Amino acid sequence: MKKQQLETLKKSLWVFHMNTGSCNGCDIEIVAALTPRYDIERFGMMLVGTPRHADVLLITGPLIKKMEDKVKRVYEQMPEPKVVIVVGNCGSTGGVFHESYSVAGPIDKVIPVDVYVPGCPPRPEAIINGVAKAWLKLERLEGKK
Amino acid sequence: MSKKTTYTLPIGPIHPALKEPVAFEFETDGERIINVDFHVGHVHRGIEWIGMHRNPVQILYIAERICGICNICHPIAFCRAVENAAGIEVPERADYIRVIMAELERIHSHILWAGVAAHEIGFDTVLHLSWAMREKVLDLIEYLTGNRITKAIMAVGGVRRDITENQYPTINNALNYYKENLDTIKSVFLDDKSIQMRAKNCGILTKEDALKLCAVGPTTRASGVKKDVRVDQAYCAYGDLNIDYMTPDLLTGEVNGDVYDRIVVRLLEVEQSIDLIEQCIDMLPAGDIMAEPKIPKLLAMLKKVEGDGIGRAEAPRGEVIHYVKLKAGDAPFTWKVRAPTYNNLLPWVPMLLGEEVADIPIVAASTDPCLSCTNRAIVIKGNKREVLDNEALHRMSVEKTRRLAL
Ligand code: SF4
Repeated sequence: MKKQQLETLKKSLWVFHMNTGSCNGCDIEIVAALTPRYDIERFGMMLVGTPRHADVLLITGPLIKKMEDKVKRVYEQMPEPKVVIVVGNCGSTGGVFHESYSVAGPIDKVIPVDVYVPGCPPRPEAIINGVAKAWLKLERLEGKK
Repeated sequence: MSKKTTYTLPIGPIHPALKEPVAFEFETDGERIINVDFHVGHVHRGIEWIGMHRNPVQILYIAERICGICNICHPIAFCRAVENAAGIEVPERADYIRVIMAELERIHSHILWAGVAAHEIGFDTVLHLSWAMREKVLDLIEYLTGNRITKAIMAVGGVRRDITENQYPTINNALNYYKENLDTIKSVFLDDKSIQMRAKNCGILTKEDALKLCAVGPTTRASGVKKDVRVDQAYCAYGDLNIDYMTPDLLTGEVNGDVYDRIVVRLLEVEQSIDLIEQCIDMLPAGDIMAEPKIPKLLAMLKKVEGDGIGRAEAPRGEVIHYVKLKAGDAPFTWKVRAPTYNNLLPWVPMLLGEEVADIPIVAASTDPCLSCTNRAIVIKGNKREVLDNEALHRMSVEKTRRLAL
C-alpha cells in the first residue's frame, strides 16, 4: 500500500465538472470540497470552465440519454493524459435510477472511467480521496510517456 | 440602409455558470437581449415512471433524490400526499420535527444560493464566506439526522428520528452562531457597492408578470406578491407558529422585483427560519413520532388503499406539489410532481428581455433554478398512459415536419 501514497505534488490538477443529470446532491458536495472547510484549492486543484484546460473530468449523474453525445464530446475535447472520476452511486451503477427509460448510463458504458467514488452523495472527504487516486494514475500515465 | 441583423447566442447545455445542464438561445442586438428561448430536459431521469414500479416506502428514496438540495420538502409533500390518500393521522410531535427539518433545509439552501449568486457576479470571496457559514447548518443536520445531504428522515406517517432534550444545546449553539454571523453576509449583500450596482434594477419581474406567470417562492415574494404555502395553507405545524410573508419592503421599504429584492427576501427568510425553529423547539409536544412504526404493517395497509391524495409544501424555491393515486397492490397508479422551478422558468423571459448579455448568469441564478426537480414528463392520452422519451418526441417531431411538408 505504501507505494500507493502520493509523495509529492508535481503539478496542479485542473478539474472540469460535468453534470449528466444528477440530483445535485453530489454537485453541491463537490463545491463544498472547494470551499473553506475542505479547501482542495490548497493542493492547487481548481475547477475550470472548459474541458480543453482540464486534466481531470469529474462526472456526476446517471447519464441521461440526451447527454450521451455531449459526454463523449467533452471527453474528446480534453487533452491527454486525462483521467475520469465518477462521483456518486448513480453514475457508477445507475443507483436509484438504474431501471429508468431515460438513463443511458452508467457512465463507463460510454467513456472509460478511472476512479469511482461511491456514496449517495459521497462526503467531500471521499471526493478528495478519489481525486488523490486520480492523481496517482495521472502521474503513472505521464511517467509512461 | 441595410436592415439591422440580430445575432443568436447559444449557451449550454454544458456551461460553467449554473451547475446544471440547460440550454439557452439568446437573440441579441449588440449587447441587448431581444429574445430568449431555453431548452430543458437534460436531467430528465423518468422519476415518476420509476415511482410507478415501486411501493410508497421505496418511493421515498427516489423522492429524496429528485433534488439533492430540497430533499426534505419533496419527501414531506410525498408523505402528505400518501397520508392524505390513506387517511393516516400524523402525530403532532412528528409534525413539529418536520417543520424543524424543513426550516434547516431552507437555511442551508438560501445560504448556498447566496454563495452561488455572489459567484455569478464574480465575487468569489463571498462564495467562500457563505459556504463556510453553511457548513455549520450541515453539521447540525448531520447531528440530527445522521446525514449531511440526503437526510432520510421522513417516513410515511411521521419521521424516523426523534429530537431529544440533550440535543438542545447543540441546536441552540448552531442557531446562535447564525444569529451572530448572519450580519456579516447581510452587510456584504445589502451595503456593498458592487453588488448593489449589479443587482439593483436588474432582471426586473413586475408584480403583474409574477401573477400572470404563476411564479412561486422567493421569486414571486420579491415582486411583492404575498404567496407562501406555509401561511396560505398552513401544513404540518405551521398553523401554530407565528409566521408571515417575507417581502422586501419589510427591510428596504419598497418593492422593485429586481435581483436585489430577491437577495433581500432570501436573507430575511433565513432569519425567519431561525425564529421558526426556536418556536418549534419551545413548543415541541410530547408523544410518538410515527403513526405506524412497523413498516411491514404500514405497507400492508397501504397496499389496500384506493384513492388519491395531494401534498403541498413550501420548498426553499417555492411551492412543491405531489399528487399520488393509489390502487390496490404494490405500486401507485400514478405519481405526479410539480416542482417550483417549473413555474419559475417562464419568468426568466420578462426578466432577461432588454438586459445585457453579461447579466444573464446573475438573472438566471436569481430565481434559484433547480433543474433536477423540473425535468420529468409523462403524458396521459385518453385512458392510455404513455411515457414520452426523447426518441418518441423526436419521432413525433419528424412526423410533424412530414405532415407540414405534404
Ligand atoms: S449519487 Fe445520489 S446524491 Fe449523487 S447525484 Fe446520484 S442520486 Fe444524487
